[in-house]
Amino acid sequence: MTKQPERIFVKGNEAVARGALAAHCKCFFGYPITPQNEIPEFLSAEMPKAGGRFVQAESEVAAANMLLGAGACGIRAMTSSSSPGISLKQEAISYMAGSEIPAVIVNMNRGGPGLGDIGPAQGDYYQSTRGGGHGDYRLLVLAPSTGQEAYDLTIKAFDLTFKYRNPVMILGDAILGQMKEAIIPWQPENIDDEAGRDWSLTGADKREKRLIKSLFLEEGALAEQNRTLQTKYDDMQSYVEYEEFETEDAELVVCAYGSIGRIAKSAVRSLRAQGKKVGLFRPITLYPFPSEPLLALARQGKRFLTIEHNLGQMVDDVRLAIRTVADSEFAPIFPGNLPVPEDIEGPVLKCLEGK
Amino acid sequence: MARHLDAIIAGFGGQGVMLIGNLLAYAGMKDNLNVTYIPVYGPEMRGGTANCTVVLSEEEIGSPIIRRPTSLIIMNRPSLDKFQPRLQDGCVNIINSSLIDMELADKERVECHAVPCNDIADKLGNTRMANMVALGAYVQATGIIPLKAVIDSLPNVISAHYHKLIPSNAKALEAGAELIG
Amino acid sequence: MSEMNEKLVFDRPQAVIDRPTHYCPGCHHGVAHRLVAELLEELDVVEKTLLVTSIGCSVFLYNYLNVDAVEAPHGRAPAVATGVKAARNDKFVFAYQGDGDLASIGMAEILHAANRGERIAVVFVNNTVYGMTGGQMAPTTLIGQKTTTCPEGRCLEREGAPIRMTEIIAGLGGTAFAGRASLDSVKNIRTAKKYIRKAFQCQLEDRGFGFVELLSACPTNWKMTPLKANERIADAMIPYFPLGVFKDVTEEGGEC
Repeated sequence: MTKQPERIFVKGNEAVARGALAAHCKCFFGYPITPQNEIPEFLSAEMPKAGGRFVQAESEVAAANMLLGAGACGIRAMTSSSSPGISLKQEAISYMAGSEIPAVIVNMNRGGPGLGDIGPAQGDYYQSTRGGGHGDYRLLVLAPSTGQEAYDLTIKAFDLTFKYRNPVMILGDAILGQMKEAIIPWQPENIDDEAGRDWSLTGADKREKRLIKSLFLEEGALAEQNRTLQTKYDDMQSYVEYEEFETEDAELVVCAYGSIGRIAKSAVRSLRAQGKKVGLFRPITLYPFPSEPLLALARQGKRFLTIEHNLGQMVDDVRLAIRTVADSEFAPIFPGNLPVPEDIEGPVLKCLEGK
Repeated sequence: MARHLDAIIAGFGGQGVMLIGNLLAYAGMKDNLNVTYIPVYGPEMRGGTANCTVVLSEEEIGSPIIRRPTSLIIMNRPSLDKFQPRLQDGCVNIINSSLIDMELADKERVECHAVPCNDIADKLGNTRMANMVALGAYVQATGIIPLKAVIDSLPNVISAHYHKLIPSNAKALEAGAELIG
Repeated sequence: MSEMNEKLVFDRPQAVIDRPTHYCPGCHHGVAHRLVAELLEELDVVEKTLLVTSIGCSVFLYNYLNVDAVEAPHGRAPAVATGVKAARNDKFVFAYQGDGDLASIGMAEILHAANRGERIAVVFVNNTVYGMTGGQMAPTTLIGQKTTTCPEGRCLEREGAPIRMTEIIAGLGGTAFAGRASLDSVKNIRTAKKYIRKAFQCQLEDRGFGFVELLSACPTNWKMTPLKANERIADAMIPYFPLGVFKDVTEEGGEC
């Protein structure tokens, strides 16, 4: 890996798009929806220059199915959208999980339910981490909180999706997508552009034909496929990423992800300046969830407060992780409100006093 | 103490507040600071104001959204009403006195600077550069980054189509800075 | 007659896998499959073919053709094929869809793939009924035709008129070839093969989107003998779904 020192000033959306290009993404299928439009806009100009194809699909449904087609060919491909559009993509995402097709899906989460608003929210946590469509499957879910992480995790998403032959979701929000930050672009080396050579569709030329499908009607076949998927999800559990900040001597650990994670960091800094013993645990992989490091903190006798930009979703995973020794309080930031550090400081202080 | 400043820049849509927000953040990056810029939209856009939040810091930046900023650039009256009460005590408030009655400035609590942005821009020949006058004054008043970093960043922020206007924008920035002295 | 005297005069195309199909007696999918397979061989594209199958009776086409294949969700085959072609521009890509799949749930995908002029071909098998799910009304079900969801017969005022897809596809800018043929007679089957060849060549010659509609029988869901079902195509379907070429830019030597 060679880091170029030059920083560029871009929106999170553009950081994702640039990360995809650096990861040799060769096909992008998009459809307009706020707040992710800079991704298709940037790639419509840049993807053809990189020898790839950009298609503005007729719908999110079609875009996700185009992704399915490109992924079946073993090509690094991506789509992006925001909450209502991601709901429409669930059909193809389920098929891709069932057919073991690699693909990267970006969700710049906006307020919901329904049309909601175009501001930030984290209401799609369940949808992202529990599969989202029909059937029992999981996506690898990566939740960047900065422009640099958006760039880095997009590159990583392409490696992971081919490693596991499983769709990977980048879960951001309107803050990440619309915020500009300085990032350092870098070019990964040794990308295997034909990582799907042993299974993908290339034409049955001097070899057995290949079939990529999710329909298993023969007796025992679907059970066997589900067993295969379960084994894969078990394997994924070893791949977790998270950030701990000021947790060492903390009495209370705030659990928050994505944009709320970074806003919580400001809150923790401010409270530390007031002498409060608080820390931050920020999951970066939402699936697999970093349960073990959380449990380790719980075993040290710490207390937990989960704060999300929704009515309480990740808190379930926090509680599952620490259930044998501790519990987590929860404080919502309601979708539709723009979160600031004070929204987190208040509940944290209340929680500390309620000891 | 580490350099750190956050700003809300607000005005009417079309006054170029997003452009100077971008420019301030870009210049901060050029001056080796961590920076965030976020256009704040949603219900707030309906009140006749456009605004953005910029954070400049030597340290890692947590929240890019700030409720109680440590500086303001206020280009119109509705923005003054909305954001002046949120400004932290003693902090810099750049007020476009061409459009805002300075009687409304909270001079007791915060450091108000009357900058007749539109009048100065008019004298320079283009009223649309009022935003640059305000930013020049802001940079001078806060001292967060050198004016040169801002001027040097103009080509990176102004779209190629308008590059012929870079020298006059630079003049507007300087005029704003000179007013603060 | 001894075995020694037996002479093979009609073999399966090598692109077809030697196994019994699951299709009902009198179903025309087998004929359509064979035409497709013959053309893949004649055009010498078997090794570079990427097939997109759809949902319906023809989903198992991938078990019968000796080519790489991916299974698309219901109605999405043209979108999946768009993605396949975007990823592997040097391959020959075609989709095979029934009328419920293409003309109902997949209406948006087929229209936009055609309109973009995707360099893919679509073989559209129209038997006026949802076959796999048990004979429900399709967008192509004829007026008066009884199905399990229009037991009194399709009613124009209630369900609207059957959709003529080839005419619609022919009206789109990206379409290079659009033709409708029938599989009810030797003569019509020969024409069908000619049309499929044209639709395939549009991709190979980089002219645009290729589309062929094949009027086909579904004796089981029509509740008819295979012979009667065959007759119904000529008696009831062709009068409503006229045969012929509705667009052909190859005649003008053009492309889309």
